[in-house]
Amino acid sequence: MTVQTVGSRRRVAAACPTAQRLGLHAGMAVAHAQAMVPGLHVWDATPEDDNAALRKLARWAIGYSPVVASDPPDGVWIDIAGCAHLFGSEEALLAHLLGRLNNQGVTARAAVADAPGTAWAVARFRGGGVIPVGRSVEAVATLPVAALRIPPQAISVMQRLGVERVGQLAAMPRAPMVRRFGKDVALRLDQAMGHAFEPINPLIPEETPLSTAAFAEPIGRLEALKDVVRRLAEDVCAQLLRRGLGVHRLDLILRRVDQKGANLRVGTAKATRDAQHLAKLFDERLQTVDPGFGIEEMVLIASKTEPLSETQVEARGIAGVSAPDVDMSRLVDRLGAKVGAHRVYRLEPVQTLVPERMVRKVPALAPVTQVTWPENLPRPTRLLDPPEPVVATALLPDHPPALIVWRKVRHKVTHADGPERIAPEWWAGDPDRPSRDYYRLETDRGGRFWVYRDAPAAEGGRWWLHGLFA
Amino acid sequence: MTRHLFNSASSRPTASAAVADLRQQIERLERGSRIHETLPFGIEAVDNHLPGGGLARGALHEVIEAGPVAEFAGSATLFTAGIAARLKGPVLWCLTRRDLFAPGLANAGLLPSRVTYAEAGRERDVLPLVEEGLRERGLAVVIGEVTRLTLTASRRLQLAAEGSGVTALILRRWWTVAEKDLVALPSAAVTRWRIAPAPSEPVPAPGLGRAQWQVNLVRCRGSEPRSWILEACDAKGRLALPAALAGRQDPAAARRATAR
Repeated sequence: MTVQTVGSRRRVAAACPTAQRLGLHAGMAVAHAQAMVPGLHVWDATPEDDNAALRKLARWAIGYSPVVASDPPDGVWIDIAGCAHLFGSEEALLAHLLGRLNNQGVTARAAVADAPGTAWAVARFRGGGVIPVGRSVEAVATLPVAALRIPPQAISVMQRLGVERVGQLAAMPRAPMVRRFGKDVALRLDQAMGHAFEPINPLIPEETPLSTAAFAEPIGRLEALKDVVRRLAEDVCAQLLRRGLGVHRLDLILRRVDQKGANLRVGTAKATRDAQHLAKLFDERLQTVDPGFGIEEMVLIASKTEPLSETQVEARGIAGVSAPDVDMSRLVDRLGAKVGAHRVYRLEPVQTLVPERMVRKVPALAPVTQVTWPENLPRPTRLLDPPEPVVATALLPDHPPALIVWRKVRHKVTHADGPERIAPEWWAGDPDRPSRDYYRLETDRGGRFWVYRDAPAAEGGRWWLHGLFA
Repeated sequence: MTRHLFNSASSRPTASAAVADLRQQIERLERGSRIHETLPFGIEAVDNHLPGGGLARGALHEVIEAGPVAEFAGSATLFTAGIAARLKGPVLWCLTRRDLFAPGLANAGLLPSRVTYAEAGRERDVLPLVEEGLRERGLAVVIGEVTRLTLTASRRLQLAAEGSGVTALILRRWWTVAEKDLVALPSAAVTRWRIAPAPSEPVPAPGLGRAQWQVNLVRCRGSEPRSWILEACDAKGRLALPAALAGRQDPAAARRATAR
């Protein structure tokens, strides 16, 4: 059961079938309901979510007809004029629709009628069904006046006057009826009877911006293809501009004369609608397309878009004066089109002293964080991953090595600095893993190495080369 | 006789002026119409030697490692990073192998937030990435790690760099002896540097002093090859003259003085 707060009262907004069987219904006070059924589950109603779900359902229903509108709080209009024959008949369409809804766990009732008002009344008060053409008046005559979509105050007035059914209301003399109940009630009555036209404000489906070029003669030259892509991109970008969108992902479909095709996809790191830039992204990829006997159609689709507002690029006279940040997004896109977007990246510091984990790959346009390395200690420019074993000879067990042999080459150490002990963080990994003692070594020929011993000498630590300064 | 007199008396200043004028003309021809500013090293001996008083921006430069473990190019990498650190703006680093250690670059002042990496699967894909980067105005430096750099490719990169004003630094790397020979082939780069680590000066206590490099200017358009012993990059990417050498007279200047 969900609860809605109206003014200072808390009323039941909706009740589940079990609750309805216990005698609870929408509109009653929550205190009353709780008194009737102890241990009642009560949630707050979320009308916004309900509306969003209804809109989603309406979008789904576009499969039945292009003209669909959501009718809050609990209805969906589908204008099936000219669509029913696709399913066989109106009954078949209705059965198909309800069957699919039931399979998805949606309890629904549906009605087909001449006018929206009739269908609304029949679906809610007669359990739905198909009302044959021209039988709207009979269909609604026996229904209660609540089927007219009129405010509850008007209904209570009618009940006091003994007007229970739609037919009774329709039989009343028109002029006094309008005077007593108002114009709205008369309009709703006409709509339900099918006498008054009622427009549906259809949901306009989000169309994907696309542009097509079909050629009288198939083309195959690379320059020609590039030219067409440029034109298509301009067209798509004009569409995007009208809608205030920018594109994130573009698909280019090429259809060959022999009905084979090729699809190219490029992504941009930042939403954009710069035709030249987008066309350039395809230039590299177009070279990989085999035109065969020629390409007869090309389609460019903006498959992923997002809102993009206008930004001021320059102002007259002060262009480029205050542009400290260089926009890298285009370069990143172009590089990504060449080698793949995941191969264009930045390295971000990680707060640790363990060399292997000091950097983290982030997308090239990720915002710069303020994370820095804990200390600015001397670190090599090249790191060996994994570290390579070296044979080291030290004068005393705890001294830095005096001679190292790495890759079968002997390096005589002239100066050494260390040890710098780097212990793995206690929270990360194996607590028994020993700490490492790092030494910086300089050899007689000027080479600078970064070596470490993986355990103290007394515990039989071995030597490894981890990086090179020179 | 009069002719001789004329020559000895008045032609010397006009001749030197003519030579200077010719030099300027040649320089203009070589560099094209666009002359970009230079990045000084902050060391008088080096800057005076380089045309324009520093490393030409909007041009192609090569850096080669020549140490005992040259395949890892440790000092050449730091030299390159130091140049990039002293320029303002984003840096694009194109590579094939992931052995670069970002904290080491940060030691030379090149912060990780400035560097965008582009990784190519094969080596021949690196140069197209470099060229793409060079066409983007606003970048400070594009760095590429390659073994092969043909004359045509380097000319193309040089033109791209001239067009946009972005400096290109090519870090020549090699792993086999055959590749080492490739590195020595000529290219259209404006300068070619060969960096070899030199023994550092001993410090009074046990430990390691600031690294020193033998910086060889192997090739330079508009100037002669030279060699210096310099101290490695500090935390801001600056090189320095070693203290022991700083007080000494410039050997080249001394030689010239004695020859005169």
